[in-house]
Amino acid sequence: MTAAAANPAELAIDVTGITKRFGQKTVVNAIDLQVRRGEIYGFLGPNGSGKTTFIRMLCGLLTPDGGQGTCLGFDVLKQQAEIKRQVGYMTQKFSYYEDLSLRENLDFIARIYDVPDRATAVQRSLDRLGLANRSTQLAGQLSGGWKQRLALAACLIHSPKLLLLDEPTAGVDPKARREFWEEIHQLAADGLTVLITTHYMDEAERCHRLAYLAYGNLLARGTLPEVLAGAQLTTWVVAGPGLRELAAALKKLDGVEQVVAFGTTLHVSGRDPQKIEAAIAAVRDPRHEWKQIRSGLEDVFISLMDTAKDNFA
Amino acid sequence: MPRFTFHRLWAIVLKEFIQMKRDRVTFAMMVGIPLMQLMLFGFAINSDPKHLPAAVRAADQGPFARTLVAALRNSDYFTLTREAPTEAEADRLLKLGDVQFVINIPEDFSRQLLRGERPTVLIEADATDPAATGPALSAVRAIASTVLSRDLTGPNARLRGADGPVDFQVHAHYNPENITQYNVVPGLMGVVLTMTMVVITALAITRERERGTMENLLATPVRPFEVMVGKILPYIVVGYIQVSLILLAARFIFGVPMVGNLALVYAVALLFIACNLAMGITFSSLAQNQLQAVQMAFFFFLPSILLSGFMFPFRGMPEWAQWVGSCLPNTHFLRIVRGILLKGNGLAEIAPELWPLALFLIIAMTIGVKRYRQTLD
Ligand SMILES: Nc1ncnc2c1ncn2[C@@H]1O[C@H](COP(=O)(O)OP(=O)(O)OP(=O)(O)O)[C@@H](O)[C@H]1O
Ligand SMILES: [Mg+2]
Repeated sequence: MTAAAANPAELAIDVTGITKRFGQKTVVNAIDLQVRRGEIYGFLGPNGSGKTTFIRMLCGLLTPDGGQGTCLGFDVLKQQAEIKRQVGYMTQKFSYYEDLSLRENLDFIARIYDVPDRATAVQRSLDRLGLANRSTQLAGQLSGGWKQRLALAACLIHSPKLLLLDEPTAGVDPKARREFWEEIHQLAADGLTVLITTHYMDEAERCHRLAYLAYGNLLARGTLPEVLAGAQLTTWVVAGPGLRELAAALKKLDGVEQVVAFGTTLHVSGRDPQKIEAAIAAVRDPRHEWKQIRSGLEDVFISLMDTAKDNFA
Repeated sequence: MPRFTFHRLWAIVLKEFIQMKRDRVTFAMMVGIPLMQLMLFGFAINSDPKHLPAAVRAADQGPFARTLVAALRNSDYFTLTREAPTEAEADRLLKLGDVQFVINIPEDFSRQLLRGERPTVLIEADATDPAATGPALSAVRAIASTVLSRDLTGPNARLRGADGPVDFQVHAHYNPENITQYNVVPGLMGVVLTMTMVVITALAITRERERGTMENLLATPVRPFEVMVGKILPYIVVGYIQVSLILLAARFIFGVPMVGNLALVYAVALLFIACNLAMGITFSSLAQNQLQAVQMAFFFFLPSILLSGFMFPFRGMPEWAQWVGSCLPNTHFLRIVRGILLKGNGLAEIAPELWPLALFLIIAMTIGVKRYRQTLD
């Protein structure tokens, strides 16, 4: 508490140089991250990029091999116990007890955190989930999406100050996802800080700020426009006949980094605007209609990932 | 520094109880195993064995010998399967286990009896199962003196003698040290507790790890000590159920005498159960998965059954085996329980066996808490 009050920057997470190695492999490489209080921070990156590992280090589940910093004002290396008390961590894999009922699971967590007025807190949580009438059902019998919702309810029950959500919406239907995001925004408005990993681009766009991780390196971060601008990617869209042949031809040309089919169009992107235009000129066909567009987040991320691969090769 | 809190411990205890309740099969096993073992070992500890197969080699056909054979035949204790085989045949029967006894009545049995020479009847016993042979042997003595005394009337009445009219020599084959039947049931208590308690807790933490619930548990403020004790406490209750079942069966099914203080048995059982649970928890924190945990538990169980004095007489084992046995809690618990139940030992007499148990508990618990990983590293 004292340390938190002493932190004028009001940063919920403030870490520098966080590093984790498994054997020879550096899985998280000297990552700096600052997350303001009340902010929804999106954490993106391809599979195996180290997102889960990073989050685990934040809440004391893994010991960093290097780096330092604070989480809610507590030292990430030394005050893990204090951090754990104020953090809600939702694991990527469902990790509540499948042989306990919904109510029993929530009750267990509430007891562990010594939640005041436990019975009410559990009931409120069940009501909010919309599962009050199924509270005696075993968690193992829930469908995947409902498990996710139970997990979210459970990690909120002790009113944490920071939520670490590892792919909370994987396998959740669109309506439930929307409700979930509304709730997250509501919680953030009330002052909760949220660090969330996701592979969905629409979710990334709903975050206040983003970070993009690949192969353990932080490649981009900032608000959505900042990330888009930072990538300096030029994207053209083309419509017309024979797109499959066109795509094959484009992929061989210098300066063309991505050719992606979107319905009846192709998105063609590259980091060098001159090279892209030269490439387009080379395959110009009057039947095709070309137009430059704003690069999407997905184009940017795929481009970032390819760059990272080049750097590592 | 975060400290132990009771509410977190209690949360774990409640959770374990619910999970135990849900896992009906495991719970049934924990009650079923002692019952099953009692039934299995019950044959060996039958305090009143009947119809044991026996052969008679009567070299004498005199009236007294005939009386004796007839009486043996009529008694419930024996089934005389063979009569008058040769000595070699008698040996073979014993060896094959076709008969448990060969009763040898000497050539001039009747004549010696009348002369008051106390003829010697040699009973060769297959004592591999001494629990069964013991009472049968005393039955032979009783039968012989009853029927012969009835025949020895009038002037021959003096031949009844103080020691009975006949001298019985017992030659026990195959088992040098006669373990008494009552050793088995109290011993069974230690064996059953070792088997179930170690296995069940060995699985306790590895199961959390394998199911992925460990990640969640570790992300909460719960302390290693709270997890350990929280997982141990519910099984102490189960252990006590087992102890009670065995004691009840011992008393009312097998008629084991209970000379000593039962409250003392329960008190010591607490220490012993805790030893096994701590051992299990320690295995649990060492094992990578549930299979490994079960293997470790088994690795511990085997010497506990073989080298503790349950299976073989402790003093008959080679020195190294005795040394290993002395490190096992079951060895000490067996001595304590046998001492209390059969000899009526009190706290003073069992003290030398108590401190090794306490020491074992402390060591196992320390290793367990030390090895319990608070991170996923
Ligand atoms: N306990 C471990 N031991 C060894 N390697 C590990 C361990 N945990 C993770 N790794 C490795 O670290 C890398 C990063 O894994 P991590 O789970 O952090 O990725 P991620 O970004 O969460 O991926 P995903 O999007 O698939 O969830 C992977 O290459 C993984 O194989
Ligand atoms: Mg992950």
